[in-house]
Amino acid sequence: MTGAEDLPLWAALPVAALLIAGAALGLIGSIGLIRLRGFYERVHAPTLGTTLGIGFILLASMLYFTVVQSRPVLHELLIAAFVVITTPVTLMVLTRAALTRDRREGDPSVPPAEPGREP
Amino acid sequence: MSAAILGAAVLAAQLMLVAAMACATLRLAWGPRAQDRVLALDTLYVNAAMLLLVFGIRSGSTHYFEAALVVALLGFVATAALAKFLMRGEVIEE
Repeated sequence: MTGAEDLPLWAALPVAALLIAGAALGLIGSIGLIRLRGFYERVHAPTLGTTLGIGFILLASMLYFTVVQSRPVLHELLIAAFVVITTPVTLMVLTRAALTRDRREGDPSVPPAEPGREP
Repeated sequence: MSAAILGAAVLAAQLMLVAAMACATLRLAWGPRAQDRVLALDTLYVNAAMLLLVFGIRSGSTHYFEAALVVALLGFVATAALAKFLMRGEVIEE
């Protein structure tokens, strides 16, 4: 723990709480990936980790380095913006791919394609 | 005092994230279908980025931030390319 000795208590407590909350959300999302039954239920679970989970850990990292280096350290916002933009895009593309595959195989549990609006 | 609190929190966060990566790896191994494996790979990438950020706090160095950024970027590219492949059967169409 380099640099943690000169961290005041008022900063250590929120950093610790944010770290544990973020990691717990990531763990809950991954447990949901194991426990949920179908793919269309399962695709919701990891978004816990990719939105709030990584957000809390980025906040903890920003707070820690800002206090330790006594200057604003904001480059974690880059990861935050990137993850917020890319997660919905990737998961929607993946879900559309799964839907196309299920329709191609004639799975009766997925709704049929609307006429004139092929994915 | 604050070093002890932070050390315990970092250790707990690392253990939870390793457990999360283990869950994602199990889903990656079980499947049952290709889209489940791609979803598990995406989760694995995000968990790895979080683990790198926590490791950066533990070591007090900002260099792990760049590694986490690269892992998040590669995760996006990999998932998007694999989803495109699942939908069309090829990644770059002519």
